[in-house]
Amino acid sequence: MNSHTEAAPLAVFRMFFGILMFVSIIRFWSYGWIDKFYIQPDFHFTFYGFSWVRPLGVWTYLLFVICAVSAVMIALGWKYRIAMISFFLSFTYIELMDKTMYLNHYYFISILSFLLIFLPAGHYFSLDTLSRKHIKNNSHTNTAIIGYVPRWTIDSIKLLLGIVYVYAGLAKLNSDWLVKAMPLKIWLPSKFDIPFIGDLVSQEWVQYAFSWIGAGYDLFIPFLLLWKPTRTFAFAAVVIFHILTRVLFPIGMFPYIMIVSALIFFDAGFHKKVVYAFAKAVKYPKVLLEATAVWQPTSVKRYKMALVVITIFFCIQLLLPWRYALYPGELFWTEEGYRFSWRVMLMEKSGYAQFKIKDGVTGKRFYVNNADFLTPLQEKQMSFQPDFILEYAHYLRDHFTAQGHQNVEVYVESYVALNGRLSTTYIDPDVNLARIEESFTHKNWIKPFTDEIKGL
Amino acid sequence: MRKIFGILVLVVFALFAYACSSDDSSDGGSGPTIPPMSLDRIGILENWADNIIVPGYVDFQSKVNTLQTETTAFATNSNDLTAIRAAWLDAYTTWQRVSMFETGPAETVGLRLNVNIFPASVTTIEDNIASGSYDLGLSSNRAAKGFPTLDYLLFGIGVDDTAILAIYNGTEGDAYKQYLQDIVADMQTLITTVLNEWQGGFRDSFVSNSGSSSTASVDRLVNDYIFYYERHLRAGKMGIPGGVFSGSVEPNTIEALYAGNLSKQLFLVGLDAVQDFFNGRAYNGNAQGESLSSYLDDLNVIKDGADLSTIINNQFTTARQSVQGLGNFEQELQNNPPTTFLNAYDEVQRIVPLVKVDMVSALSISIDFSDADGD
Repeated sequence: MNSHTEAAPLAVFRMFFGILMFVSIIRFWSYGWIDKFYIQPDFHFTFYGFSWVRPLGVWTYLLFVICAVSAVMIALGWKYRIAMISFFLSFTYIELMDKTMYLNHYYFISILSFLLIFLPAGHYFSLDTLSRKHIKNNSHTNTAIIGYVPRWTIDSIKLLLGIVYVYAGLAKLNSDWLVKAMPLKIWLPSKFDIPFIGDLVSQEWVQYAFSWIGAGYDLFIPFLLLWKPTRTFAFAAVVIFHILTRVLFPIGMFPYIMIVSALIFFDAGFHKKVVYAFAKAVKYPKVLLEATAVWQPTSVKRYKMALVVITIFFCIQLLLPWRYALYPGELFWTEEGYRFSWRVMLMEKSGYAQFKIKDGVTGKRFYVNNADFLTPLQEKQMSFQPDFILEYAHYLRDHFTAQGHQNVEVYVESYVALNGRLSTTYIDPDVNLARIEESFTHKNWIKPFTDEIKGL
Repeated sequence: MRKIFGILVLVVFALFAYACSSDDSSDGGSGPTIPPMSLDRIGILENWADNIIVPGYVDFQSKVNTLQTETTAFATNSNDLTAIRAAWLDAYTTWQRVSMFETGPAETVGLRLNVNIFPASVTTIEDNIASGSYDLGLSSNRAAKGFPTLDYLLFGIGVDDTAILAIYNGTEGDAYKQYLQDIVADMQTLITTVLNEWQGGFRDSFVSNSGSSSTASVDRLVNDYIFYYERHLRAGKMGIPGGVFSGSVEPNTIEALYAGNLSKQLFLVGLDAVQDFFNGRAYNGNAQGESLSSYLDDLNVIKDGADLSTIINNQFTTARQSVQGLGNFEQELQNNPPTTFLNAYDEVQRIVPLVKVDMVSALSISIDFSDADGD
């Protein structure tokens, strides 16, 4: 806990993080997605306990502005702590607004930015440091010009990346992925039009190779990055792997974020070169980069509390992905404990759900046209995820009750296909969803999976 | 950059392939040797464009031309409805075979929206005729034009043929005849525009857009196809009249309401067209070309012991048989709830998850145009 290391890696990480986040937000905005996904839809799927987090109408844009400005401030190292907190809050708020938009890599950004709040990443090669230079006769330790930080601060980022990779690798250790090469067997052939590899993707051995190499990559890459002799090779693998996923799948900024994040594994020498190059370009005083002081917390008490928070944070990160084991049934089918667990690009699942509104007394019934209430993306996500189906069923119950319908009962006829299996009935069509409460207990109204997937 | 990495990866995998190939080639036990297949979608698109869509539009255009001739003849001599009605039915039936192709030029002009929105709005039609000034290009007039309006004008404006002919020969006769001709001319313009585009540059751009993105031709047309099946064939022709979405029968929303006794027949033509498209059957003749069905077979999607294309074709057959087993729709809809009608509807409905979930999933086609990121 008391050993130190150079601050440069943290500064480089902070800088690239800020830049990439800014680009991500601009990209999201420029595609018109704020309007399309957050402002236009009347209905939003919410996370358990966070139904109060809603889009703010046109003010949603302000939320993105705050997030983007925070990202710039982070990159510049200007009022770092405040910027990081405001980034974490605004970004997380955005992600909580609609569950439809959930992506593992957004979750990654959220928890990474939470971690970064506690790290002294704004004390080296930053506007904060530059402004401190002018304060004379400064006696406070925290405003000293520093060149070193506690080693754990950098290691904690490596640990988080390691968790992401290893858990993503563990999730692939199942019979569908390894024995059947699913879902890549479905996804890859549709990429026939990609230059150079287009002719390969329909070959079965390529699908198996991608599956196995993918699983192996996820499981071992953090260790290969940690060990110096394999580091350069491992980083090349990171670049190739993520560029390839970018070419094959629509995964937005995630590959770039992971590639840049992996730089944290490199020695301080490399990061110093990066910092010096940047410093030269912006005429940042070199003397500030050669400081040898070690960063000291302003308040030891607060520092200790931060360490406790971070320890709890990592315990949660290590345990959360295993919560699925507490539920009966096939995880891929019920998705109970699927999210927040680094199950990335793991299954081809699609569904179809048709809701029936029935008067419990007269038996009169009719079907709902989902397009009247949901966007295509919402409908797609809803159709194979039980918690979405239930939330939507409750929305329909309330909507039709408000319209004056009596004794509203909601039933769903749904079919789901998983990893190339023929679709089967998903939700028990005889269960009145209007009366089911959402909870973390097992959803016994999901029809059992008719096949078996072995493995973790 | 991408290219460099592509090459790097290629090299890695080529080595991998070389390392494995010596084992694989001697292993004949793992199923039949699949001939090298091309997952390229150009073949499908060529078959769709050249053998199904364009011939379909050519036929439809000629039927509309005949309708136009008969309409002019009727306007000159308004004593017999037989010929114009026959031409209307012929064109309407042919329409059922091309209605699903609402992509490209047809989407641009909104062909289906302008040709077959039913039920027709009698009020709007009568208002238009009475005022004599109307712009058929306005979206507010969509329910006052196309086949459903012709249905009304040829079968519905009087209680019987004598009464109808009396109107055409009466004081307002010229206005009615003018409207009749304008409606047909509008349809003629629309189909001519669409067909000209297809026969001009669109065919080639359609075929060459053979990728697998959400804006590629196959993805778009499959989305349009499924949308047509779900909304127009399933819901429009059966579900809505049967009260599936409202809870009570709506017999006044059937297709060809005024002519009567036709909606079942038109539905079945539509169902045939949808299945033929799935199987890539040529518009003229029985030749089968590359299609969704053959593509599914190529992907070797074996599920549940039977392959998906067979499962889908079997369900088409089941649906067709159960609808064929019904009386005419008017008769069926006199029951409330119309149980036998709804049972047949259920069989028609069962095709939806098969194409919308299983087929689309196997083909890795995105079912909507949402371009959001994935994980």
